[in-house]
Amino acid sequence: MRSIFKLLGQRLALGLLSLFAVSVIIFLAVGMLPGDIAQAMLGQSATPETVAAYRAQLGLDLPPLTRFGHWIWQLLHGDLGVSLANQRPIAELVGSRLGNTFSLALLAALVSVPLALCLGMLAALYRNSWFDRLLNTSALSAVSFPEFFVAYILILVFAVKLNWFPSISNLAPDASLGTVLERSVLPVATLSLVVIAQMMRMTRASLINLLASPYIEMARLKGISQSRIILRHALPNALAPIVNVVALNLAYLVVGVVVVEVVFVYPGLGQLLVDSVAKRDIPVVQACSLIFAATYILLNTSADVLSIASNPRLMHPKG
Amino acid sequence: MSDNKNKITQANHEFSFPRRDFLKYSAAAAAVAGAFSMGLPFGAFAGEATPKPGGVLRLGLAGGSTTDSKDPGSWSDTFTFVGFSAVYNTLTEIAVDGSAIPELAESWTSTPDARVWTFKIRQGVTFHNGKTLTAEDVVASIQHHLGEKSTSAAKTVLGDVAKVSANGSDSVVFELHSGNADFSYVVADYHLAIMPSKDGAADWQAGAGTGGYRLKDFEPGLRMTLERSPDYWKPGRAHFASAELIAISDGAARVNALVTGQVDVINKVDLKTVALLKRNPNLVIEETKGAQHYTFPMLTDSQVFLNNDVRLAMKHAINRETLLASVLHGYGLVGNDHPIQPGSRFINTALEQRTYDPDKSRFYLKKAGLDSLKVRLQASDAAYTGAVDASVLFKEQARAAGIEIDVVREPADGFFSNVWMKQPFTTSFWYSSLTADRMFSIGYAKGAAWNETHWDNPRFNQLLNAARGEMNDPLRREMYNEMQALCRDEGGAIVPLFASSVAARSNRVVHGGQTAPYGELDGLRVIERWWQA
Repeated sequence: MRSIFKLLGQRLALGLLSLFAVSVIIFLAVGMLPGDIAQAMLGQSATPETVAAYRAQLGLDLPPLTRFGHWIWQLLHGDLGVSLANQRPIAELVGSRLGNTFSLALLAALVSVPLALCLGMLAALYRNSWFDRLLNTSALSAVSFPEFFVAYILILVFAVKLNWFPSISNLAPDASLGTVLERSVLPVATLSLVVIAQMMRMTRASLINLLASPYIEMARLKGISQSRIILRHALPNALAPIVNVVALNLAYLVVGVVVVEVVFVYPGLGQLLVDSVAKRDIPVVQACSLIFAATYILLNTSADVLSIASNPRLMHPKG
Repeated sequence: MSDNKNKITQANHEFSFPRRDFLKYSAAAAAVAGAFSMGLPFGAFAGEATPKPGGVLRLGLAGGSTTDSKDPGSWSDTFTFVGFSAVYNTLTEIAVDGSAIPELAESWTSTPDARVWTFKIRQGVTFHNGKTLTAEDVVASIQHHLGEKSTSAAKTVLGDVAKVSANGSDSVVFELHSGNADFSYVVADYHLAIMPSKDGAADWQAGAGTGGYRLKDFEPGLRMTLERSPDYWKPGRAHFASAELIAISDGAARVNALVTGQVDVINKVDLKTVALLKRNPNLVIEETKGAQHYTFPMLTDSQVFLNNDVRLAMKHAINRETLLASVLHGYGLVGNDHPIQPGSRFINTALEQRTYDPDKSRFYLKKAGLDSLKVRLQASDAAYTGAVDASVLFKEQARAAGIEIDVVREPADGFFSNVWMKQPFTTSFWYSSLTADRMFSIGYAKGAAWNETHWDNPRFNQLLNAARGEMNDPLRREMYNEMQALCRDEGGAIVPLFASSVAARSNRVVHGGQTAPYGELDGLRVIERWWQA
């Protein structure tokens, strides 16, 4: 057990280091984009005097190192700063959207992960049957379409033709849980269709691999039931690769859903990031990127820890 | 069924007037405007339909961004324009006929040289935070946009203003650097919203105006919720009990939201799908003609375009009708190489429409001593959707005149700061202006910050200054007529198209039959002017 904590500590420390590196890279990258917030906000109507006044007001005329140092210092005190564009505290700006993004990701995960695992197991069990082929074909076609296309097809069928669900997920802050669920159905379905395939295929592949190994053969000869073989004997050993794929897909559900947010007008973090990049609102870009980076690092770390914990050989290394 | 079809397109009929009748009609419009200022109720002119109070108006709008703010100086697109136009009032309002009528200013006078303007402030009006409107609030609200440190988008609009001061509690005096006969139109700009003052400065953070609706909730880039202010001072307006604005940047999502009944009105309808929407009997297309215009600016001080004959050759080498049909799907009007839209008070109706004429184009090339011409056109869809397509069409049309146009596609990001006005031949667009003076002053005057063709025509500049201070309308009209001819025959901009702004509404909401001929969504006043069916 101690080794697990040691491992966790190491991974978290490494994660913090990566976060710092990410923030440096983001700061440099945004600085390299042509123009700055003064020009982007004023657009075609930017006169030199107005641009200069804007820059001075926001402190953009200070050297980059000073600005970066100031930002890190504030961050270490738990202050994300204020948006350059509208002077709102970033914590407030990000807060509700972060909640929306996580709840969408959570709902999509609750639907897609169990579904993908079950389907993967069934496909492995009945491999090469028509059921397996049908499952593979449909999952692979769903993942081959760009997600906006999947989204539009779902909207066309379920919103425009059948009128079962709303076409946009306009969530008011005081929306009830029922409303939130109803309005999330189509985005969740779109996301699930996109992520199920990989998780399902990975489950199927690693199970099939194991089902051919001698100890499963032994279990079969002992007359253990199919379901028990899969759940008790095969699955625990197949867990490591599956957990990794699930973690990757969960991370995608949090950071990669901008297109779905745009199509369904879902008020998530992705749209905020895109808008902020377009307007060169550096503090907001940094805050969002940090959150995304932290999500990736946390999920990957937990995947690693889980796959180690599920493997006795790695858990109890000799000597 | 056929009945429905007839009702579907309710464009601004003003533009279908035979041109010769136009003067007559605008005179009638002026009489109506006069009646407004005599204090008749606004509703009296709403036409046959009687507004029905109550209900919710839900707008799905393009042009909302997470970087939006309550500061009027930062408003830069439709979402904030439309939303805050319902929360705030301005000194004057632009009526559906395009004339300036009283709003928070009850009346106004100016000195004969149009240099000093005095606005009498309406009494007994209160802000949503309970404060009573005084001249001091007006002064603070205007000063918000003035001064060295101002970052306001309206700074240039008020470039003329030397000093603004209160004269007692009920009148405000503007002193201008030079006369401006259109100043009563200038103060109708939505950026110049009147806010309550706090310690001498405008308090924009409060979000409290004198308009028909209180700001209940504003989440930039997502939504704005408004509820009717029970003691709105303006009679016959603000019929909906509440309004909800939803930012929908994706064109297809906007149309879906309208078709599935989640919103009642959308703006910026994709022109490729208008024909499909028209088939839906529950939807009505609202077209505002002449809302903006597209240009191909040629830098008049560049080596290629120094000679006016070369510019004339270019102007004759473009087929405006084809561009109108293919780039705008017919939702617009052809331009005549000057920026004054056909619905303007000061349109020169005698000016002959320029047409596609490759022979004439060759003639001008020869006159300039050239057999053929090779130019590079740096195009980007940052100017307008379809700018690159329009450029490629132009290239094909100009070939017949012996002009070889090399179209270079530029990235949209940074186009206006790095390419436009720096390269000899580019693509650009303008929102049409209510006053001829503003359009000419910002885009065509010598030394103007956005004189996109670096044009310097002494006669034009002289006329511009003279017309600005001229209070005699016929004389002014004559000057503007000549200036339009100068732009057309000597200017550097090819103005091939005036684009309509196209919106769509469900038949759950209606309006008085005529909408404002500028901007979009009834001159941005949709929330206070429309009502539920």
